[in-house]
Amino acid sequence: MEFDKELDARNLNCPLPILRCKKGLSEIQATQTLKVLATDPGSVKDFQAFCKQTGHELLQLDEADGLFTFYIKKRVA
Amino acid sequence: MWPKKLALIASKGSLDWAYPPFILASTAAALDYEVEIFFTFYGLTLLKKDISDLKVSPLGNPAMPMPVPMPNFVQMLPGMESMATMMMKQKIADKGVASIEDLRTACLESGVKLIACQMTVDLFDFKPSDFIDGIEFGGAATFFEFAGESDVNLFI
Repeated sequence: MEFDKELDARNLNCPLPILRCKKGLSEIQATQTLKVLATDPGSVKDFQAFCKQTGHELLQLDEADGLFTFYIKKRVA
Repeated sequence: MWPKKLALIASKGSLDWAYPPFILASTAAALDYEVEIFFTFYGLTLLKKDISDLKVSPLGNPAMPMPVPMPNFVQMLPGMESMATMMMKQKIADKGVASIEDLRTACLESGVKLIACQMTVDLFDFKPSDFIDGIEFGGAATFFEFAGESDVNLFI
């Protein structure tokens, strides 16, 4: 999957993955895609809640060997 | 109703009690909530310029996980509190949990309003210069002005 910016939030615990994600999204344009890498298992639910609440779209979630990869599309303001 | 509002009262100043207000506030701000934290009593220490010295005590904390069972009369010995604090800080660093300083900075950067209880400032003879920049001073009525309209109200 294509993305415009990648964010490494591996080995960071709640709430850092979400906080970093928010910062990462502020650095890209609307409709661009942010890719986030995380190892915190709690981040799965957190990112789903984050997208539901803020209106950004969770395009895809991949999981392999404890590594979670999120693709989030920044919503139009 | 948008934006949602979160009002927090932070009344405690030990290392373990410092986490809940800053984690909740920074996360809520990341979810586009409008957030205000009112720091009162021991919570005021969390607004000081230097917060590298927050402590946690095992004494009177029966719920604190201990590597070995430790009776109260051992926990009160000099140095035990420092040891418990050091162990806790090490654990926090090892598990990739944010430091209080980082969380506090994240709060300030996302527009969380930090309010110091004026009464407590006077009570403990603090000076405004003891605290970080970017905070406000107010009383209980100031807190209620925001809290009365909040969706979530928490006392920590």
